Amino acid sequence: MFEDILITIATAATPLLLAAIGELVTERSGVLNLGVEGMMIMGAVTGFAVAVTTGSPWLGVLAAILVGAAFSLLFGFLTLTLVTNQVATGLSLTLLGLGLSGMIGESFVGRAGVKLAAIRIPYLSDIPYIGRLIFGQDPLFYVSILLTAGVVWFLFRTRAGLTLRSVGDNHASAHALGIRVITIRYLAVMFGGACAGLAGAYLSLVYVPQWVENMTAGRGWIALALVVFASWRPWRLLVGAYLFGAVSIGQLHTQALGVGIPSQFLSSLPYLATIVVLVLISRNRRLTMMNTPASLGQPFVPDR
Amino acid sequence: MKRQMLALAASAFLALPGAALAQDKTKACFIYVGPIGDFGWSYQHHQGVLQLEEELGDTVETAYLESVPEGADAERAIERFARSGCDIIFTTSFGYMDPTNKVAGRFPDVKFEHATGYKREHPNVSTYNSRFYEGRYVQGVIAASLSKAGVAGYIASFPIPEVVMGINAFMLGAQSVNPDFKVKIVWANTWFDPGKEADAAKALIDQGVDIITQHTDSTAPMQVAAERGIKAFGQASDMIEFGPETQLTSIVDDWGPYYIRRVKAVQDGTWEQSDVWGGFAEGHVVMAPYANMPDEVKALAEETEEKIRSGEFHPFTGPINRQDGTPWLAAGEVADDATLLGMNFYVEGIDDQLPN
Repeated sequence: MFEDILITIATAATPLLLAAIGELVTERSGVLNLGVEGMMIMGAVTGFAVAVTTGSPWLGVLAAILVGAAFSLLFGFLTLTLVTNQVATGLSLTLLGLGLSGMIGESFVGRAGVKLAAIRIPYLSDIPYIGRLIFGQDPLFYVSILLTAGVVWFLFRTRAGLTLRSVGDNHASAHALGIRVITIRYLAVMFGGACAGLAGAYLSLVYVPQWVENMTAGRGWIALALVVFASWRPWRLLVGAYLFGAVSIGQLHTQALGVGIPSQFLSSLPYLATIVVLVLISRNRRLTMMNTPASLGQPFVPDR
Repeated sequence: MKRQMLALAASAFLALPGAALAQDKTKACFIYVGPIGDFGWSYQHHQGVLQLEEELGDTVETAYLESVPEGADAERAIERFARSGCDIIFTTSFGYMDPTNKVAGRFPDVKFEHATGYKREHPNVSTYNSRFYEGRYVQGVIAASLSKAGVAGYIASFPIPEVVMGINAFMLGAQSVNPDFKVKIVWANTWFDPGKEADAAKALIDQGVDIITQHTDSTAPMQVAAERGIKAFGQASDMIEFGPETQLTSIVDDWGPYYIRRVKAVQDGTWEQSDVWGGFAEGHVVMAPYANMPDEVKALAEETEEKIRSGEFHPFTGPINRQDGTPWLAAGEVADDATLLGMNFYVEGIDDQLPN
């Protein structure tokens, strides 16, 4: 049972981590994309539709990544090329995604889905307590962990990562140094979109293999909050996602045990925990300032 | 905030088409709390609307707004419909109760129909509801007959009378078979969040329940039950496709006949204020085919359903004690509708503490 609970927590945390790690990279380049929820739901509906039509969940995952990236390109074109307001554009991207996905998915409502099967490594996954947790989960769980490690390596160990961070911290200086600010931001936005699309596919192909409208149910917003929560640090993001998952699952178990704590309070616990940590983090202003990409959300128009 | 914007966007898109059309058609308008693609509550209302369109053809024109949040936004949405020439407006969620009555006061010529509420403050407001508890009682009977663990999991949405009534009916049905039957309740505090509902189902199964029933709207718990190899009951629509070897039955809401009747009444000029609470007998509540159970359990379920349909038996028939052991109904006494509609207490045998 203990292992089952841990696996449930991992399932709850993975889509948040996937969407948030993409947004982290986007924000590190200085772009605030509030459209995560919209890109995620587009990924969910595409992933489901393609998987059901072709019978292959992997094709669904691939399609979701592509659609997420393509959808974010729309945001990129508006905010980077046409220099529209990032907050407003991001919000409209979410609204557009929610509406459009409902329309695309209409004929898929009520159809049984295809599930991306869990990996089972013989012998290793039979180890008591941790076997299935480490060696027997769905493939996208491993992707989310590897992706986090990859982003850490990229951002802090490669020249390209350094360039990306410099664009996010001071786009004017980066531009003066001859760095192509807009191109880098386009790539970062598309990476964010691809990750959000993948997170959406996780929902409709692993978490609950079905398509229903609004099935993301606000997870894109939680992913956004997690990025701030983690103060733009990938490993902290992983901790944050799992903490959030653990509190959400823990409150359900507490309820099922019949402990006499009001369920409304228990339901709000994950959010309360997020707020408490945010308050604790922001107490140290210098540290917060140091991590926040200084150009975040600011428009950039290169002088010619 | 997100839902608010959604509703605004939705109303901007959807209220448009109706405005410019002909006058001789009766215009029936519907407000849904969720998306019509939820495959649950709002989906079933929309199925009713499709039946209405089919039955009345060219004489009726319909319009709907989906994902309208309960509260202030609802009032705006209802008022918009009233202004755009709707002859009759159906508001299909409990939380639309006050907004519906408010708007009805300002538009005396428009007919209003509010689902699952009890306030009829103006002569142009009717209420309608279904006796879902009849189906819940049957579910309880089935659960107690099948469960080896003697404990079922119940995924509940919000502690409103409708839901509490369902839990009680389920428990009474179960106790009629196994007096020591237990139910573990998890409040999801949402009507619709597939991920969270799935998590709730997993938590309940991890704690040893072997049958799941839900009063939330998505098919996620059914899928989890199927995956873990236990049985489950569907909700609002027939969810057999999501658990061909899992679904025992489902309480299916059939709103079509009521919608057809009421819109016809508007056309004939015979519409009057009413308060309809229909169950098995009126065809409002239909049980999906009994499946995945031994024949004797199926027979028992059918017999129970038939007894309730014929009026021979009412699920809330005494002796019934409240949770704390104090008597509620004496032997043979039947609960009146007003008490049921305002139900805010558990019956004896439920361990959960009712949130208030």
